[in-house]
Amino acid sequence: MRKKKFISYSKWGYLFLAPFFIIYTIFALIPLLSTFYNSFFENYRVGLTQVGPTFIGLDNYKEILTNAGVPKYAMNTLIMWLLGFVPQIVVSLLLSVWFASSALKIKGQSFFKTVIYLPNLIMAAAFSMLFFTLFSDAGPINSILTSAGLINEPIRYLSMTNTSRGLIALMNFLMWYGNTTILLMAGILGIDESLFEAARMDGATSGQIFSKIIIPLLIPILVFVMITSLIGGIQMFDVPQILTKGDGLPNRTTMTLIMYLNKHLFSRNFGLAGAVSVMIFLITAVLSFIVYNFSMKSYYADK
Amino acid sequence: MLKLERTIAYIVLIFMTCLSLFPFIILIVNSTRLHSDISKGFSILPSKYFLQNWINLFSDKNIPILRALWNSVLISTLTASLSVYFSAVTAYGIHMYSFKGKEVAFRFIMLVMMVPPQVSALGFLRLIMKMNLLDNFIPLIIPTIAAPIVFFFILQYMKSSLPFEIVEAARIDGSGEIRTFNTIVLPILKPAIAVQAIFGFVGSWNNYFMPALIINSKGNKTIPILIAQLRSADYMKFDLGKVYMLIFIAIVPLMIVYLLLSKYIIRGITMGSVKG
Repeated sequence: MRKKKFISYSKWGYLFLAPFFIIYTIFALIPLLSTFYNSFFENYRVGLTQVGPTFIGLDNYKEILTNAGVPKYAMNTLIMWLLGFVPQIVVSLLLSVWFASSALKIKGQSFFKTVIYLPNLIMAAAFSMLFFTLFSDAGPINSILTSAGLINEPIRYLSMTNTSRGLIALMNFLMWYGNTTILLMAGILGIDESLFEAARMDGATSGQIFSKIIIPLLIPILVFVMITSLIGGIQMFDVPQILTKGDGLPNRTTMTLIMYLNKHLFSRNFGLAGAVSVMIFLITAVLSFIVYNFSMKSYYADK
Repeated sequence: MLKLERTIAYIVLIFMTCLSLFPFIILIVNSTRLHSDISKGFSILPSKYFLQNWINLFSDKNIPILRALWNSVLISTLTASLSVYFSAVTAYGIHMYSFKGKEVAFRFIMLVMMVPPQVSALGFLRLIMKMNLLDNFIPLIIPTIAAPIVFFFILQYMKSSLPFEIVEAARIDGSGEIRTFNTIVLPILKPAIAVQAIFGFVGSWNNYFMPALIINSKGNKTIPILIAQLRSADYMKFDLGKVYMLIFIAIVPLMIVYLLLSKYIIRGITMGSVKG
């Protein structure tokens, strides 16, 4: 009577994948498509009156690209990301090389790794509120600087573009350099140890080993780190939102794309929110495409 | 030469340690000081009013801290459990079975891993409004069943540590597929699951964007929303002792857990990462 020699397990594959695909479709895919759809409608609220939804084609896009200043917010986001990322990659590279170096034998490594990763786990909202209290006009930082005689009167950090952008970048730097260090270190430890030994035998200095061996072999990971960090940077929200009360002080120079999106979502201004979302999606999509190829390549290389 | 490099390395490391710990130390010190002392200036030594600030914060009717703590614990626990369990389920489906469309399904999940959740927030918010789930915890919890990043991490771990033979043996012994998964596969995945559960918990505990859009009643607020509320209220009128205490409660428990588990967490970060 036995027709099949083997039991077919393929229906189990579908069953095991079902929860993910059902939940993803309902709560992410349909909302994504509906976001795109909504971006073509005039749909907002003034007080209690609802305007729209009326189909207006690409007018929302015209609005956000010209009057509403999306290019400006994209620029703000990029500047603050760069201000945090450049020192981050420099410090992380240094630390990871030192941690991974078998010649240097840094002591207390696990202590240092624990400490530098710590800020990454901390609630961005609390971290940023903490920075706000630390850097407020009568806060501890000003009181330290005044008593050390470095300044005569308190610096009003949040009233100046450079200092408020700098503070946001500093927080992003502190929150992410530990994570980057550990990723890079894993990459360096993956490099064949005999390469370093051979180089040292030939009398190469640490600097030469760094620039001639580590950097070239680490480039794929560096690119990966840079692009994932950039994608993370585009999503910058909690830190500037809490620090500047959502206003992007001073004069919207710290307003990020997601803060702007949040503003429209909050006031139920769905048309413009949709157009902003699509813009963010497009920027991320291009970057993601690069990362996707990377991780797919490494996934199949592992197999 | 090496000696010089080592000295520089230690100096930089110690400097970075101080920089990273400095905000936390001030936070902890200031949570033990009274408002009047804090506003007078900075101190490196703790004072003795920790309990006083604690009591002041917990008795403030405008800051429902106990409710917020409970809400955050509830949401984070459920989120972490659901996301790791169902990500393991999904990863197992991809790893263990061969079926038509598997490759497409895998590529699809890898693709959506890169879509930032904020991008679909508008559609999500409208859906939640239509479903009448505003100010409800369900939209914060259920969607985490589909967590592509957790899926990818667990799948990577599965490839390295789940032999097909164990599952085959269970089948021969007559164990059903779901039972095999729950009783044999899950325990093998424990290290990966533990790490991802911690990250899931932390992520949800720290999440501000979505909860702030969905939650609006006082009793449903989570900790990050309380903090944001404190920032947007008239800051000058606030008791700074209370402010520092609220931040203390928001991040210090997590710091303690992290310090206890840091070894596993740091190993975990690199476990699923790309290799050059």
